[in-house]
Amino acid sequence: MKTSFNKAGLATILFSLVLAGCSSAPVEDSSTDIEDTSVQTGQVDASAIEESAAVEEAAMVTSADTVFYFDFDKALLKPESRAALLEHAAVLNSNPRSVRLEGHADERGTREYNMALGERRANAVKEFLVLQGVSGGLIEVISYGEERAASYGSNEGAWSMNRRVELK
Amino acid sequence: MNRLIRLLPILLMMAASAAWGELVIRVTQGNDKPTIIAIAPIAMNGIAVGQDIGSIVEADLQRSGLFRVTPRRDMLAFPSRAADVYYRDWRLLGSEYLVVGSAGLIEDGRLELEFSLLNVGAQKVEFKHRVRGRTNEVRDLAHLISDKVYEEITGIKGAFSTRIAYVSAIRNDGKYTYRLNVADADGAREKLMLESPEPIMSPSWSPDGKELAYVSFETGRPAIFRQNLVTAARQQLTNFKGLNGAPSWSPDGTKMALVLSKDGNPEIYLLDLASGKFSRLTRHFAIDTEPTWMADGKHLLITSDRGGTPQIYKLNIASGVTERLTFKGNYNARPSLAPDGRTLALVHRESTTFHIASFDLKTGRMIELTETRLDESPTVAPNGAMLMYATKQGDRGVLSAVSLDAGVRYILPAKNGDVREPAWSPFLR
Repeated sequence: MKTSFNKAGLATILFSLVLAGCSSAPVEDSSTDIEDTSVQTGQVDASAIEESAAVEEAAMVTSADTVFYFDFDKALLKPESRAALLEHAAVLNSNPRSVRLEGHADERGTREYNMALGERRANAVKEFLVLQGVSGGLIEVISYGEERAASYGSNEGAWSMNRRVELK
Repeated sequence: MNRLIRLLPILLMMAASAAWGELVIRVTQGNDKPTIIAIAPIAMNGIAVGQDIGSIVEADLQRSGLFRVTPRRDMLAFPSRAADVYYRDWRLLGSEYLVVGSAGLIEDGRLELEFSLLNVGAQKVEFKHRVRGRTNEVRDLAHLISDKVYEEITGIKGAFSTRIAYVSAIRNDGKYTYRLNVADADGAREKLMLESPEPIMSPSWSPDGKELAYVSFETGRPAIFRQNLVTAARQQLTNFKGLNGAPSWSPDGTKMALVLSKDGNPEIYLLDLASGKFSRLTRHFAIDTEPTWMADGKHLLITSDRGGTPQIYKLNIASGVTERLTFKGNYNARPSLAPDGRTLALVHRESTTFHIASFDLKTGRMIELTETRLDESPTVAPNGAMLMYATKQGDRGVLSAVSLDAGVRYILPAKNGDVREPAWSPFLR
């Protein structure tokens, strides 16, 4: 994977870290350290600090679907997802890169339970890819639960679009 | 792929007042036999405070559903002292009780309100009371009057001086703005605590009412934070791979129950806030989430789907033993305990619709309290009289409240965005 930092972006990050006095760098593994991330705003009403790390996007070598859908309260891969996932696995095996699997749920049910459900769905996709030989270390799983709907509306049409895992 | 853009949230000091759309309350259903009470306008004696104290008290009592207010326009006189009251006038209006009061300034420039509650039928003064505060704390003083009157008449401690925390989300051109807000229990004086383009979830009050714990995705992943409401000082408590969710402060404030999936699937953990040490409480391949503390500090109530569907379980912290509590319905989740320690508010689904129900831990009786749809996130007021929850009005998320006997309802429609995840504060004084 080719990675290039845009200089201004990097400067913004450094500046932000100094200003915020916190370590907000992403960690890939678990850590039990409690970090003090207090942001002192003093007399200023609002402080909008922008941090923008520009990472060049690795070109996708496949045009296979990147969104996989699920049934209500289920985390079983549907048969129609297999072909696209096999293609992704093949591409990732020949050209390994870090991917992110974002799991989502529809709005029904409780928010934290849906966070767990979204993760379970993303894990189901991850397990499939790992079984096809993709290194688990390259796959990051993040659940958004019902917080990021793809389709709005309280009906089965919208809900079925929201019960999904997005490969990014 | 990494997140391309990461924005640090905007923090505002509690003191800085924000002009966001405030919640407006509409009572949709009141008690069958409300107590009729008249609040005579408080005599301000030339002191300008910019707000009508009597109307704030009227709105508080009306919202409880247990009172009906005698309209001011019907009043024959505006007495401000018990000595000036002609009981007969008020009896003719049907008022059972009357509140009279007057304002004055004390030496340090603060406002002093002296008020009395009069029993019209018995023609006697129930109490005379005095509250003091700065002239910019008029709403606090009004809520104190409401608390005192409510408690005298109902025998239940008033919760008008408490607050609610909630999350709002606005979507504009595919961009999101998530906000964590705190407002008075009546929706007034909304203050912005945190703003972020990434999701904010699961606010939980510290037992002293001075801090909130919540989940923020501002790092590109969910993480649990705690934030002091007065100083805005905040601390990131978790930064694990996977879920970091559902924080719940222990009754003594020293620990936090939460959910982590770092070991493969969602498990309940305990975080000791002083040492920063985590201990794992559940070991099961199912989803274990949404812990809430029982009053003894020794048990948690959790949601688990270990039995096939999400149900409520009681978890013994010391032994790790779990016991299933709910069996009625195919979905019971997100428990919130009432202060009586035995009534549980939860999200309940009998067939296909999600409602808020109360569940009696002693008798096992489940009662549906709401009739709206997609109801979630119940939170019980610290006096146990009402619970607030999130529901949908059209396609918009709004907050609604219902009494624990389902007799009283009101909604708090927001002016913009989706409002969700209310969390009712403990008593603050």
